[in-house]
Amino acid sequence: MHAEEGSVGIVVPRKATFDTPLTLECGKTLPGFELMYETYGELNADASNAVLICHALSGNHHAAGKHHPDDKKPGWWDSCIGPGKPIDTRTFYVVCLNNIGGCAGSTGPNTINPATGEPWGPDFPVITVKDWVKSQAMLADRLGIKTWAAIVGGSLGGMQALQWAVDLPERVRHAVVIASTPKLTAQNIAFNEVARKAITSDPDFHGGWYYRHNTIPRRGLMLARMVGHITYLSDASMGEKFGRELRNQSFKYGVLDTEFEVESYLNYQGERFSKQFDANTYLLMTRALDYFDPSREYGGDLVTALERAQAEFFVASFTTDWRFSPERSRELVDALMKARKHVCYAEIDAPYGHDAFLIPTPRYLDVFHAYMGRIAREVA
Amino acid sequence: MRADLEIISNWVKPGSHLLDLGCGDGTLLRHLMDTRQVTGYGLEINADNITACIEKGVNVIEQNLDTAGLSNFPDQSFDLVVMTQALQAVRRPDLLLDEMLRVGREAIVTFPNFGHWRLRTWLMIKGRMPESRTLPYKWYNTPNIHLCTFKDFEELCVQKNVYIRQRMVVDDAHRDRWFIQIWPNMLGQVAIYHVSR
Repeated sequence: MHAEEGSVGIVVPRKATFDTPLTLECGKTLPGFELMYETYGELNADASNAVLICHALSGNHHAAGKHHPDDKKPGWWDSCIGPGKPIDTRTFYVVCLNNIGGCAGSTGPNTINPATGEPWGPDFPVITVKDWVKSQAMLADRLGIKTWAAIVGGSLGGMQALQWAVDLPERVRHAVVIASTPKLTAQNIAFNEVARKAITSDPDFHGGWYYRHNTIPRRGLMLARMVGHITYLSDASMGEKFGRELRNQSFKYGVLDTEFEVESYLNYQGERFSKQFDANTYLLMTRALDYFDPSREYGGDLVTALERAQAEFFVASFTTDWRFSPERSRELVDALMKARKHVCYAEIDAPYGHDAFLIPTPRYLDVFHAYMGRIAREVA
Repeated sequence: MRADLEIISNWVKPGSHLLDLGCGDGTLLRHLMDTRQVTGYGLEINADNITACIEKGVNVIEQNLDTAGLSNFPDQSFDLVVMTQALQAVRRPDLLLDEMLRVGREAIVTFPNFGHWRLRTWLMIKGRMPESRTLPYKWYNTPNIHLCTFKDFEELCVQKNVYIRQRMVVDDAHRDRWFIQIWPNMLGQVAIYHVSR
């Protein structure tokens, strides 16, 4: 087997089963749960080189490498994880999991509820970022990791890194928070609500019990993804990618036809997503985003919340990201400075909007590399 | 170690919480962290400098002084605010000086002296904008848009009620030469001021 250069090669997902009940922030308890995860690299003797990767809204445990040599695409963050990449698997032991509530094999709405013998569906309790941190800590215990060298995430993943630093300060040495925010704005929540309404108003949704009807709310999920996708791109990147290009040479003068390339792209993305993602998970993930606010337990004061942290922070934002704009990252950085925490902040000029955190632009890789390299030297 | 940075180090109280405006590649902050146990942050906009700071373990924040100012920092949140060789390059040096002394209890600034005899001679003899080793630019591409002399700066301090705690006038290699002290505004090339309110 010949691994591609810079790739972690062929990876095998694993499953960790927990029989201990997990009490959630909403007050409900999961009797037990399963987590799908992957690891890349080797854990060193004193378990000091472990890096946790937290996924965003539609992500999963498959962050790097391929499951089969003929997989079309590698894991979702293959651009940044692997030998010689910012998260260098020659130095770090990298762990990535599918969060509970997800739909890639971890306990979630599409897995069996032991109490009923059928999928959890809409009965699955509402999950928060705090709950994920708790469950991730249990996985860390299972893997023999007391302290993470770094917890790294983009978008919703960055929120998990932040929550870790506040909730379990002694277990995080570095928190890397990319294209993220200390809390959602009204506009962010509004977009999430449109996505949720699109799903729940689909006649095939059946109040979340679509599994019973052997169907999926395909149209709703597709619309949710389409509106979400628009917020991941920038005006400039859409302009560059599609402009006003037509699918055919001339106007067809029909409202039902797909006229412009951008329509065709969104339809394709939505269609593809609706076939591989669970609608109930999408609802849960958007709610987890809405509820996220680590300052809430500390009288709404982010500085007080962050004073607990012992980690050093690396925060990065992208100039054209209007979903979680640089202002949101600066808000976080200002609070970290007021709390007198170690923090580095880079505002990266990239045209790709929110998606930029997944795209290997030179400056992004440089600065990310520099920060992870610093952690690598501490580990060595 | 640049000589001006060495002079600045001597003025920094151990354990100070410090903000370095235009911190470059982080050399000064790293030096002060190692020798004066300071904490704090550097502000910088150059991408390569930011990467260099990160590699050195210096806390660097990407922030543009000309557009963002220092409004994100609370009053008196630092013991010391430092700015080396950048005062003459910002849009409003006078307002920035106010801001430095709002967020910091003390400030250290360094800048090139436009009153140096060689620059005066250049302008007088050639009738053209002076260039020198410290100011190696043409008038149209220079980042130094607000050049001043030591006298100018000290007058600004008087106007603003800014107290000059210490002053050091050196040559362009940051050497403290005895003859400079005879007529600093004519013979000095770089000034290092330690000020407070």
